[in-house]
Amino acid sequence: MHAGENEPEASPLLDVDGIHSFYGKSHILQGVSLWVGRGEVVALLGRNGVGKSTTLKTIMGLVQPSQGRISFEGEPVTGLPVHRLARRGIGYVPEERRIFHLLTVGENLRTGLDRPGITKPKRRELLDKIFEFFPVLAERRNQAGGTLSGGEQQMLAIARAMMLEPKIILLDEPTEGLMPRMVAQIREIIARLCGERVAVLLVEQNVPLTLEAAARVYILEKGAVRHHAPAASLRADPAPIHRYMGIGA
Amino acid sequence: MSRGSTLVFWLGFAVVVGLLAAAPLVLPAFWARLLSEILIWGLLAMSSDLLIGYTGLVSFGHSAFFGLGMYGAAAALLAVSPPSIWLALLFGLIAAAAAAGFVAFFSTRLRDIYFAITTLIFSQIFYVVIFTWTAVTGGENGLTFTRPPLALPGLFQLRLSPANLQWLVLAIVVMSYLLLRRITQSPFGMVLQSIRENEARTRAIGYPVERYKIVAVMLSGLFAGLAGVLYALQNEFAAPDFVFFLVSGETVIYNVVGGIGTLVGPIVGAAFFLLLREALSRFFTEFYLIPVGVIFVLIVIFMPQGLLGFARRWLNQ
Amino acid sequence: MNIPLEQILIQTINGVVTGMILALVSSGLTLIFGIMDVVNFAHGELFMLGAYVGVLTLAATGSFWLALISATIVIAVLGALIYVTTLRPLLGRDPLTTILATFGISLILQNYALWQFGPVARKIGEPISGHFTLFYLDYPWYRVVIALISAALLGAVWLFLKFGTWGVWIRATTQDRVMAQAMGIPVPRVLLTVFAIGAGMAGASGVLFGPLTAIDHAMGLDWILRVFIVVVVGGMGNLAGSVVAAIFISLLEAYAALWVSPAQAVIVSFVVLILTLLFRPTGLFATAVR
Repeated sequence: MHAGENEPEASPLLDVDGIHSFYGKSHILQGVSLWVGRGEVVALLGRNGVGKSTTLKTIMGLVQPSQGRISFEGEPVTGLPVHRLARRGIGYVPEERRIFHLLTVGENLRTGLDRPGITKPKRRELLDKIFEFFPVLAERRNQAGGTLSGGEQQMLAIARAMMLEPKIILLDEPTEGLMPRMVAQIREIIARLCGERVAVLLVEQNVPLTLEAAARVYILEKGAVRHHAPAASLRADPAPIHRYMGIGA
Repeated sequence: MSRGSTLVFWLGFAVVVGLLAAAPLVLPAFWARLLSEILIWGLLAMSSDLLIGYTGLVSFGHSAFFGLGMYGAAAALLAVSPPSIWLALLFGLIAAAAAAGFVAFFSTRLRDIYFAITTLIFSQIFYVVIFTWTAVTGGENGLTFTRPPLALPGLFQLRLSPANLQWLVLAIVVMSYLLLRRITQSPFGMVLQSIRENEARTRAIGYPVERYKIVAVMLSGLFAGLAGVLYALQNEFAAPDFVFFLVSGETVIYNVVGGIGTLVGPIVGAAFFLLLREALSRFFTEFYLIPVGVIFVLIVIFMPQGLLGFARRWLNQ
Repeated sequence: MNIPLEQILIQTINGVVTGMILALVSSGLTLIFGIMDVVNFAHGELFMLGAYVGVLTLAATGSFWLALISATIVIAVLGALIYVTTLRPLLGRDPLTTILATFGISLILQNYALWQFGPVARKIGEPISGHFTLFYLDYPWYRVVIALISAALLGAVWLFLKFGTWGVWIRATTQDRVMAQAMGIPVPRVLLTVFAIGAGMAGASGVLFGPLTAIDHAMGLDWILRVFIVVVVGGMGNLAGSVVAAIFISLLEAYAALWVSPAQAVIVSFVVLILTLLFRPTGLFATAVR
């Protein structure tokens, strides 16, 4: 279900078509369709429990859809094992961050860095870039992940995903539980990712941030996309947001 | 259960019991005895089902309860003269219950795997004690004694011939089955099943989960001990081999293969394996356990509902 | 009750020697449990079969060292086979099923050994002859060597886990299997590898323990119980914990053997387990970092 003026380019980076997903017996996703173009920032908004996280998890292969198709870079990827999807270039930053607490910051980064085809210079290059992005991580390089603050863990989670040199990063509620200063930092990171031509599929509760950062917004309700519009039009007329997210005027 | 299926159940039950009662008269001695043994091991497996199938606790400690039932009976029969079957029962059950209480106290606060390992180790503790305390338990050689008559002093005295004993075993096992059935269908049994389904939720609702588990373990131990007493009566000896943890393992195997949570399943499982052993031992002699092990693993992987579950599904098609 | 100092010392060394071997076997089990929540009942049989492979290799080549290497490799491969055929299909299910499946496998392996090798016990000869004098008693060198080899193997495993890509992969998968996958780590391969490594460690231990005992199909049974105790006392999944627990328990048993028979000395480990469960169920040494 693609809105007329938002037709995808010939072959979008990520194309999700008619996904149905279950969590036990609950029919969480009831026909979700969306697409993300290269380097685009696309957001998923919606109340708690509508299936935003499940959508990301289904794309990542953590949940197997009972129906529907997912293509990445033009190739069908539904049903592929999670680690293959990651290697193909889908990065995932989950809601709870889930960094490896007992591994050091450096080792956390290594989990994404140690893959076939990575040469020493390339490794150096990626690490230098990430430490430039996140100087705090360079300082804490040999510290265990669990000793980092919430905001630092969030940065590590994103940095770790970036080690995969992903073409798209699935970001699940990155600003949850963070101080306002950190929220601004997340905003910057998303902008830089966009600058690097890394697409972002962003799930968020923070509407202002979303409308600033994203190019297009899908609004989910009861397991399906109910509204799809460019962020600009929603900035101008936020009525759909109020309607679906129950946020007062 | 609907009235129709209740009727079917009791009809089927009556038929089966009738057949089993006829067995000592109809079957050759060897097979009648084997049938009796199947019933005893079936009782042991049923007791384990109360824990595994209904409470969701895998216990590898049943050999201890069984063994103590056996030794308790032996003690009564050797220590008190004239030997009284009732004392044997009493001693056996008390010993088993005591062991179960002891094990329950330590293990019930532990979850799944730890529970399994702990019960395993406790059954070994009992084994070591029994094996090495030669003065009391006869150590490696065990204890031998004679089978007492079934007697109510002053009323009657019935010598326990092989046939009589088989009927006694049948009666006791049938009664145990009915009792266990009653227990699993009672409110208490419902709580146990709720614990199996979702322990955290059961606790949140307000049930003292640990206490229920302890009672479950003790009940299970009691019936296991009863099986031990019957075994002692049948074979007229008590030996430490039966307290070794492998017996616990075999019990669990009968249970799982027959179908956990069915009460009847374990008896079916015991029958399956004991008959299999008979059949295979003609060809494989001591190594029949290899095909037994293979079949067991295959069933765990492909038929997790056990033989009974498989049959049920097959019949429903 | 006057026990000569020499005997206490001897028992200390004996305790450490057995403890190191026990540590090697237990670490394998705890690694496997930590990463895939599987309690491998058949671990004792892997140990036993390792000893038998050692016997055969020794008979064929006369070299203890070759026996050690071949046992490690053969049993690692056997472990991989067991994992692929029996455990992998069961991974998503109730942990009960893996306990049962590995129990079934232990039965198969035990009786297979009985069938192939018969009931008569075998022996692995000492790799190094010679004694050294401890006070006025002679203590054989080979026992010390065996302890050192066990320690070396444990050290190698520790280094492997600490550095190197596979080490990071294994530790990450142990901590959070889902996110490990999301990071592109080939988790299925990692699980298989860890099981094989654990099995290999058990196989090696079998050969190392060989000279200290009679090798028969039932030697796994004795050990599996001790291994379980060590793993629980050390904290399940905790490598360092199981090493410390193994030595601790072996020392206690060795000292107990000064007063009671070896069959009864085993009660000491049971008591340690009970105390651990009562007071520190997550493991006596659980504070040791992985």
